[in-house]
Amino acid sequence: MTTMAPARTEVRRQLTGVRVSDLLNLCGAGAAAIALTALLSSQLAPITSPLGFVAVATAVFLALYALLVSLTERGVAVRDRLVTVVVHGLAFTLLAVLVFIVVFTFARGASALPHLNFFTDDMAMAGPLDPLDVGGIAHAIVGTLIQISIALAITIPLGLLTAVFLSEMPGRFARLVRTVVEAMTALPSIVAGLFVYATLILALGVPKSGLAAATAISIMMLPIMVRSSDVVLRLVPGTLKEASYALGAGQLRTVWQVVLPTTRSGLTTAVILATARGIGETSPVLLTSGFTAAMNTNPTQGPMVSLPLAIFQFVKSPEPTMVARGFGTAAVLMLLVLTLFVVARVVGGSNPLKKDARRRAREQQRRARADHRARRAKRTSRPARTDQPVPQEQS
Amino acid sequence: MSATIEAPRTIPPAAPDEPDVPRRLGTRRSASDKAFRAVLLTSGAAVLAIMGFVGAFLLLRAWDALSQAGWSFLTTQAWEPDSGNFGIAAILVGTILIATVAVVVAVPLALGVALYISEYAPTRIKQSLVSIVDLMAAIPSVVFGLWGFFFLQGRITDLARWLSTTFGWFPPFQVPGSDPSDPLATATVYTSSTFIAGLVVAMMIAPVVASIMREVFTQAPVGEREGALALGSTRWGMIRRVVLPYGKGGIIGGTMLGLGRALGETIAVYMIISPVFAIQWHVLANGGSSVSSLIALRYGESTPFGMSALMAAGLALFLMTLVINFAASSVVARSRSGASS
Repeated sequence: MTTMAPARTEVRRQLTGVRVSDLLNLCGAGAAAIALTALLSSQLAPITSPLGFVAVATAVFLALYALLVSLTERGVAVRDRLVTVVVHGLAFTLLAVLVFIVVFTFARGASALPHLNFFTDDMAMAGPLDPLDVGGIAHAIVGTLIQISIALAITIPLGLLTAVFLSEMPGRFARLVRTVVEAMTALPSIVAGLFVYATLILALGVPKSGLAAATAISIMMLPIMVRSSDVVLRLVPGTLKEASYALGAGQLRTVWQVVLPTTRSGLTTAVILATARGIGETSPVLLTSGFTAAMNTNPTQGPMVSLPLAIFQFVKSPEPTMVARGFGTAAVLMLLVLTLFVVARVVGGSNPLKKDARRRAREQQRRARADHRARRAKRTSRPARTDQPVPQEQS
Repeated sequence: MSATIEAPRTIPPAAPDEPDVPRRLGTRRSASDKAFRAVLLTSGAAVLAIMGFVGAFLLLRAWDALSQAGWSFLTTQAWEPDSGNFGIAAILVGTILIATVAVVVAVPLALGVALYISEYAPTRIKQSLVSIVDLMAAIPSVVFGLWGFFFLQGRITDLARWLSTTFGWFPPFQVPGSDPSDPLATATVYTSSTFIAGLVVAMMIAPVVASIMREVFTQAPVGEREGALALGSTRWGMIRRVVLPYGKGGIIGGTMLGLGRALGETIAVYMIISPVFAIQWHVLANGGSSVSSLIALRYGESTPFGMSALMAAGLALFLMTLVINFAASSVVARSRSGASS
């Protein structure tokens, strides 16, 4: 942060405007592309795959659309239109696929979700051939909660203190810590799992357990949390801290009463997003927690299953009910991540610095619109009056 | 600033024989501050120790296998550590191929989404689109694996067959053992391929990449945008001359971050691919491999030496993602838009 926030937030102008001819061009090119591709594939070379058909049709569509636009526009405008279409196409493809992945999971898991026992029972009494009203994933839900709680108990204090250390005590040592932490964010999660497997389980003889899994998750989450908290802490305006020091506060008091309250929402977001990452990790848990079908609330002894691992084990089975259970578990896991995410949004949305900027921008837009309306009303009723100060356009 | 601080009117007369030297400025920290700094230092040191221990342990355990295999570790295509015949040539190539497919598919899509959100989307839906993309970036990878295994695998073989028959002259698209003229040929030569695994990983990393790119694009200065528009450029002209140059760091950084994620992805790949331990250049053909799925496959049945070999493979993967991450962050930091990250 080198400069102060400008008093007037810049507001981007909305560039819109759709003409009838644009729409007609689009529809025409689309219809022609489908027809031409159908002709090609039926007469010239058969296109066996539906996706291949779409690919060819897209290429034909783009060519035809460019041709249509070039009938009325110059080259620059043709390129502009073409890019507009391509960007819209790419964006809708990706968003549609992503939404479909979520919907697909819920749809396949829908048969398992309505059964109440799915949330209250474990799989100890349920075999692979049992119907969906026997057995459930309570053991996995409890396992996930226990493991993530242990991981958070390790990573929140350590991660936040280290982030504060990086921002409060800069120097050569802090730089070294930051570099190492940054390097460790690149650690593939399976390698973190392998590390815990080799140290805790093979070398120290700790059994495969919830504790070992939580350790693996912590090793994976710790660098993520330190890094994102560090980024948040760096955004605290230096003037705030200096004001606190100028009033005679010490470092502890400044951190406690100025730095942390200012960044509270950002830090909470960092913690919650790291939690979402930790909850969804399968590979370190696969190596370290072992697998059980029964409820186990003791993290130090015996295998303890978590949601991602339960999904992984369920779908290995060829039985349709087990696969449905797997998808149901995936839906529960996604709901959990969604909840965390919404909480993060709500907390992060109340960031005082950001909120202020947003409010100013909204205010300004509203004022500009009101000015515009007033001006138009005046022009229609009393056209003679022109000495009204014309509102400045924002640059 | 209108208020000025007035200097004191009366200056105490300095002793004439003492030269005017600047006062020594120093901080005397209170006891609580000292304790606080000690706690901070301890936690920093603890994190450094933990992270350093992980790295050092990996290196130490991998050393057994590396010293026995020597350079052949990089060139051998088999994985039989107990008979001394092992190396990461095949699995490393497999990992890179999967990540390449993922990046080639994901980056254009992510770029499209990022540009759409920052430049084309109506203001009303912009915020919700941003939330959707960010949320998608947080979806666990096992969910993508489910989708790939139960949905994509069965549907995509058509496309793979079409690609291999139409573009078979391009060597990576060849599928040995396939017979395009036989309509009843089994589709199994096209399943469990590098291509399918790459597609699944692409869907997994695309939201992450899009999120980073979008962040940078929206920061492109409004003044320059409007300057370009005022000079008569079209929207694409403005994007090409203002937004893309400004966001170059974000594009490269986001791509490399996605590449790092793709290289380290385990579960989605493990669920789809059927492992082979020979270099499989044919991305559309059955079989492939990746370092992380090798670890997930072999960790349980390993002897201590096999464990060491797996550690060596994990270390190689880690080094690769490490180099990519550092390259990404240095690119982002040196770009014009990089100050914020």
